Amino acid sequence: MHVLRPLYVVLALAGMILIARIFVVPNDFGIHEKGYMYGWYRKANESEWKALGVKYQGKEYCMDCHAQQEKEVRSSRHNIIECENCHGPALEHPSDPQKLTIDRSRELCLRCHTYLPYPTSKRAEMKGIDPDQHNPGGECVGCHNPHQGSKPQRRSR
Amino acid sequence: MNRRDFLKLSLRGFGAIALAKGLDEIFRPVAGHASLKSLRWVFLIDTYKCIGCGFCVKACKLENEIPFEANVSRTWVERYVVTKEGKVFADTPQEARNGFISGRVDLGMGRYKDIPKETIDKAFFVPKLCNQCEKPPCVQVCPVGATYQTADGVVLVDRKWCIGCGYCIMACPYGMRFFHPVYHVAEKCNFCYHRITQGMKPACVLACPMGARKIGNMKDLVDPVTKIIRTQRVEIHKGEYGTKPQVYYLGLSEEVR
Amino acid sequence: MTVLEQAWTLKELFVYPNEYIYWSVQIVMYPFMTGLVAGAFVLSSLYHLFGIKQLKDIARFSLVFSFALLMVAPLPLLFHLLQPKRNFYVFMTPHFTSAIAAFGVVLFVYGSIVASELWFLYRKHLVEGSLKLKNQLNKSLAEKIKYGVYTVLTLGAFDISASTLRQDGKAIKILAGVGVPVACFLHGYAGFIFGSVKANALWMTPLMPVIFIMSAIVSGVALCMLTYIITMEIRKLLASRKKSPFAHPTMEEIRGVEVFEMKITSKYLIFFMIFSISLEFLDLVFRGYTAVKSWDILRNVIYGKDFINIFIFQYAFGNLVPFVLLLIPGLTIKRALLALVLVLFGVFMMRWNVVIGGQSFSLTFAGYMHYALPIIPRDLQTFKEGLCGALLIGGMPFVLFWLLNKILPVFNLKETH
Repeated sequence: MHVLRPLYVVLALAGMILIARIFVVPNDFGIHEKGYMYGWYRKANESEWKALGVKYQGKEYCMDCHAQQEKEVRSSRHNIIECENCHGPALEHPSDPQKLTIDRSRELCLRCHTYLPYPTSKRAEMKGIDPDQHNPGGECVGCHNPHQGSKPQRRSR
Repeated sequence: MNRRDFLKLSLRGFGAIALAKGLDEIFRPVAGHASLKSLRWVFLIDTYKCIGCGFCVKACKLENEIPFEANVSRTWVERYVVTKEGKVFADTPQEARNGFISGRVDLGMGRYKDIPKETIDKAFFVPKLCNQCEKPPCVQVCPVGATYQTADGVVLVDRKWCIGCGYCIMACPYGMRFFHPVYHVAEKCNFCYHRITQGMKPACVLACPMGARKIGNMKDLVDPVTKIIRTQRVEIHKGEYGTKPQVYYLGLSEEVR
Repeated sequence: MTVLEQAWTLKELFVYPNEYIYWSVQIVMYPFMTGLVAGAFVLSSLYHLFGIKQLKDIARFSLVFSFALLMVAPLPLLFHLLQPKRNFYVFMTPHFTSAIAAFGVVLFVYGSIVASELWFLYRKHLVEGSLKLKNQLNKSLAEKIKYGVYTVLTLGAFDISASTLRQDGKAIKILAGVGVPVACFLHGYAGFIFGSVKANALWMTPLMPVIFIMSAIVSGVALCMLTYIITMEIRKLLASRKKSPFAHPTMEEIRGVEVFEMKITSKYLIFFMIFSISLEFLDLVFRGYTAVKSWDILRNVIYGKDFINIFIFQYAFGNLVPFVLLLIPGLTIKRALLALVLVLFGVFMMRWNVVIGGQSFSLTFAGYMHYALPIIPRDLQTFKEGLCGALLIGGMPFVLFWLLNKILPVFNLKETH
C-alpha cells in the first residue's frame, strides 16, 4: 500500500523527536507539586535560585565593626533607615568590597526630604525642604550629619 | 517472513514503543515531594506608610542584579495626586529607583505637570511587586515550562530554559514581567526567593524605613502579617482577572491603576 | 543602558515601568504568513474537494505556494525569540496549557498534510523524472542532484499504473478534506493566542480566533490570485518575446489568465471578506455598547490614535475599495490586480492593528505607547525586528516557490490530477 508511505515518514519524524527528547530534556523536568498547568518545570532550577548569593546583609552585620556609627544613628530619627540604604549592599565587606560608597549626593537626601504636600500620606508629615530654594545644588551633608538626621548641625566649612 | 516484512514489523514496533515511552514521559508526573501544606508566602503593603523614598527599588535592583540604570525593575513605587477638580495624575519616574525628589509629575515624552499645593485633595504612594498569584496566567501561557509555581507559592523563571517569546510578559495583568537586559530571558520579582528560603527578608522589605512592606506566611496563623490580612480591611489589586493575587494592600484607593 | 524594546517604544502619560512593545513587527508577520498558508490551502482544497474544474490550475499553484509559505512561517518567530537557539524546546517540553505550544503540533501535522498531498499530486512526475534521469548517461552535477532528489522523494513507490494513480487521487481528496479543518486550526490557534490573553483589553474576545481564520482565508486566496496573475502575465510576456527558457510553450499554449477564473475566485474572496468584516464590526459594536472599564482607553486608541490605521488603511483601502472594485461588472485583470493588492494590505493592517494596537495602551488604562518601526537597522535586533527583517520574510516565500517549482513544476503539467 504505497498510499501509507508519507505516513511512515511522518511517524519516523515524530519518533525522532521523541528520541531526541531523551537526550535533550533533563531528567528532573516534569510535573511537580502544582500540577501540569502551574508545575511543569525543571526541578533543579529551584535550588539554583536558592543558591543565589545574598547582597544585603542588614544592620546587625554592620554593627559589629561600626558600633560607633550605629550608636549615633540609633538615637536619631534616622534609625529607621538601614545602613545599606545609603551605603549600598554590604556583600562580603570588608573582604569584598573593601570599602562601601559614602554617597554625599543631594539626591540621596531629597528622596525623603523634598517636602511634598500630600494629604493622607506620611510623606507630608516628614520634615522637608523645597530643593529649588534650600541651598540649591549644594551637598546636604555640608551642614547636616546624616547619622543624626534630626539634629542639623552647623559644621565649620 | 521475508526480510522486508521483518524490517517493516520491527520499525513499526520500535516506533510504537518510542511513542508510548515519549508520551509516558511527558504526561506522567515526576515523583514529587508532598506539597508544602505549612508554607504559603504572602505580602502586605501599607500605602499609608509609604513615603516614596524608593530605597526598596534601589535595594531590589542591587540585590537581584538588575542593571540600575535600565528602565525596568522587579518592583516599583507609583505616585498618585488627586486634585480638587477630580483629576488624577500618576507617575513612576524611572520606576522610583531614585525616589520622588520633585513635586512635578512626569507625563512622559518630556512633559511635566506642576501641581499647586492648594489644589491637592489627596496624594499617596503605592509600591507594587509581583503578586505571586495563586492562579498565575503567566505560568499558564509559557509554551515550554520555563516559568512555574513552587510548592510554597512563589513563581520563578528558569533562566536556562526560557526561549524569550514574551508570552508571559503579555499575559501578566499587572505588568510585572520584563526581559532581563543582560540575560535576555523573562524576569520578575520572586520575593527574593534566595533570601526568604534562608530565613532572611526580601531586600525591599529590609530596605523600607517605614515598614510599608511586609512578608508573611499565610498558613501560619500567628504570623503578624497573616493576622492583619485576616482581621483588617485589606484589598487585592485587579481581582477581576481571577488570578488570586497574594499581595494585600491597606489603603488601596480607587484611583490606583 | 537601555532596554532593548526602548529602541522602538515611546511612552506617554502613565505607563507601568516594565511595559514596552514587546511583540513588534515579527509578531505581526507571523499571523500574516500563517494566514496566507491557511488561505492558500483552502483555495487549493476548493478544487480537490468540490471539483470546481475552473480552479484546477490555480489549485495546484496554491498548494505548492502554501508549502513554500509554510516553510517560511516559523521564521518570524525565530527572528523574534530572544533565545532563538532554544527554539526547539517547544517540541521538547511543550506546555499545552499555552496556545503557543500548539505551534509545534500544528506545524507538524499541517506540514505533514500539505507535504503528503503534494507527494500524491506529483508522484507520477517524480517517478517519471527519476526514471528519465536514471537512464541518462554522463549526468551533470545539477542533474545528479536532481536525480537524487527525485528518487528520494518518490519514497520508493514507482508504480504509476492507472489503479495506483486512482488511489493517489482518493488520497488527495481525503487530505484536502482533512486539511481544511487543520488549516483552520492553524490559524484559529494563532487567533486564540491573542484572544485568550485576559490581561489585554483589546485582544480578549472569543471572536478573535474566528476573525483570524476568516481574514486568513481572505489573505490566502488574494495572494494566490495575485501571484497567479503575475506569473501568468510574466510567462505570457516572456513567451511573446521568445527569450526565456519558459519559451518552450508558445503564446497560444499559455492561455493567460482567464478572466472567468478570476471572477469565480473573487466571489469566494468577497464571501470571506464579508464574513471577516462582519465579525470585526460586531466586536467593535459590542465593545462600544457594553462600555466596560477598558472602553475609555480603547475608544481613544481606536477612534483617535489609530483611526487612520484602522478606518482608512484597514477598512477603507483594505476592504471597502477592493470590495467595490471586485463587484463592479466587467472585471478586468488590471482591476483585479489592484483589488488584490489592497486586500492583502488590508489583512496586513488587520494584524498590525491587533498586535500593535493591543500594545498601544497601557495596562493602567491611563497611558499610551507609540511604536516606531525600526527602518534602518543599527544592530542585529533592530534588523530582525525592523522593516528589513519583515521585508526579508515577506520576500522569502517567492524565492522558495521559485526553487520548489524546479522539482514540483506548477505550470504546463498536464499529467497530474
